Amino acid sequence: MKILVAVKRVIDYNVQIRVKEDGSGVVTDNVKMSTNPPDDNAIEEAVKIKESGKATEIVAITVGEEKAQETVRKALAVGADRGVHVKTEGVLEPLAVSKIIKKIVEKEKPDLVFMGKQAIDDDCNQTGQMLSALLNWPQATFASNIEVKENSLEVTREIDEGLETIEINTPAIVTCDLRLNEPRYASLPNIMKAKKKPIEEINVSDLGIDTTPRVEQLKVEEPPKRKAGIKVANVAELVQKLKNEAKVI
Amino acid sequence: MSVLLIAEHNNKELRPFTLNAATAASQIDVDVHAVIIGQNIETAAKKLSELPVVKKVISIEAPHYENFTAENFAPAIVKLAENYSHIVCSANTFGKNLMPRIAAHLDTSQVSDIIKVISSDTFLRPIYAGNAFATVKTNDAKKCITIRPTSFEPCESSGGTATIEKGEVSEEFSNTKFIKREEIKSDRPELGTARIVVSGGRGMQSGDNFKLITEVADKLGAAIGASRAAVDAGYISNDHQVGQTGKVVVPDLYIAIGISGAIQHLAGMKESKVIVAINKDGEAPIFSVADYGLEADLFEALPQFMEELNKLNTIQK
Repeated sequence: MKILVAVKRVIDYNVQIRVKEDGSGVVTDNVKMSTNPPDDNAIEEAVKIKESGKATEIVAITVGEEKAQETVRKALAVGADRGVHVKTEGVLEPLAVSKIIKKIVEKEKPDLVFMGKQAIDDDCNQTGQMLSALLNWPQATFASNIEVKENSLEVTREIDEGLETIEINTPAIVTCDLRLNEPRYASLPNIMKAKKKPIEEINVSDLGIDTTPRVEQLKVEEPPKRKAGIKVANVAELVQKLKNEAKVI
Repeated sequence: MSVLLIAEHNNKELRPFTLNAATAASQIDVDVHAVIIGQNIETAAKKLSELPVVKKVISIEAPHYENFTAENFAPAIVKLAENYSHIVCSANTFGKNLMPRIAAHLDTSQVSDIIKVISSDTFLRPIYAGNAFATVKTNDAKKCITIRPTSFEPCESSGGTATIEKGEVSEEFSNTKFIKREEIKSDRPELGTARIVVSGGRGMQSGDNFKLITEVADKLGAAIGASRAAVDAGYISNDHQVGQTGKVVVPDLYIAIGISGAIQHLAGMKESKVIVAINKDGEAPIFSVADYGLEADLFEALPQFMEELNKLNTIQK
């Protein structure tokens, strides 16, 4: 079985982002970037499945600018066998990304495609579902447990009401929740080894896909600030304030 | 121009956020039609027809719709889509799972999780866990929009008399099979719609200690929330998680106990009307959004809090 894992480079989740003064976006210059957190879970799960003997090859793919390749290199250090970097510039919407990955799926013919359930930059939560629609494959979104069976997966999904379990036949798409597993760190020897693993570079222009954005970002602004609150001295004062000042209890 | 609202339900009744999505749909255009897909949904379809903002209901029933599988729902909605300029549903796990599948079939770039309708093609949406707001204009002819339910008031739920039409059943998608759903039943208010939410974090130190939270929540008639750290540590189940990848809540009162206030948690609660933080670390980021902060050991503060609440003659419900 072959697993394709899609990873995205985003502003690191610990960074407090800043909005550009001209309202054109957020500051990304000299800001720490890393792999989108749930994409790390996607890689980890693929590696675990390979370690259990149920997968034979893991291919990591990213779509983005030159530096996005770092995320593929990291996936290789954690256990992916080879990488694909589709080089693009400018804004890419989930629809375009899913069309690009579809092209790679048609070429690579994986049995499974894994990715994070959501990117923490644009918070769209679309690419996996769109890809599975374009391929007409089953989708298991927000996966918190995966059991590999013969020609199918049993997946537990996190839903608002609790948990849902579905069985999807391969080939299939899984989008991973942060609770799926605990991503490992790459060891130094594996980081060194990863430098020798191949990454195929593909120019998006060679794929014949129209990636022109359909949605214009007119303005990015800071959310309204909350007015500063107060510290209360003790519980009695807190309850008194809630009752008589805020009038919420 | 008409808007197609996708109703969310449990085959018996409408789920509450359908009413919030209906409000958002009606702000895009007054001509709102609603589609409801499921099995044995007559009662829910009737309720949907009673929402005054809904002008027509399309009801699609078949056994393979019983479990809300996106692979089954999407083709049925895509078939209806030609008559509509917009397709709208809630950005909860139901809508997040379903809408992109529809959008891709329609070759439309979806606009996710909007918090405000500015015009029929321009919307406000949070990005970076709510640390920035983006105003976006979609140029697609068909617009697929998911709405953040807590950013829109629920619409009136009675008085409407929309007609109910039967819609065309699409083919079953056989490669996805529903096995089971484990819903956590509770007598407490739903987290997404509760007036008061009491949340615990890693500071609770164990699942057992959450009973301190339960007591306060019972006293206040509140829902129980949790930070991702508390869920990851196994103190409480995932359906309680508040945050960027959990639920977004906007209660009148949010009480954060033993929660440090990671960016991704703040994303899920910082629009609450009144925020209380109880934490022994005075430097915890949660205090930067709290209206009332109490720097204290929660294991001392919570019993005292119960005592003080017990002294009150009345507590609003």
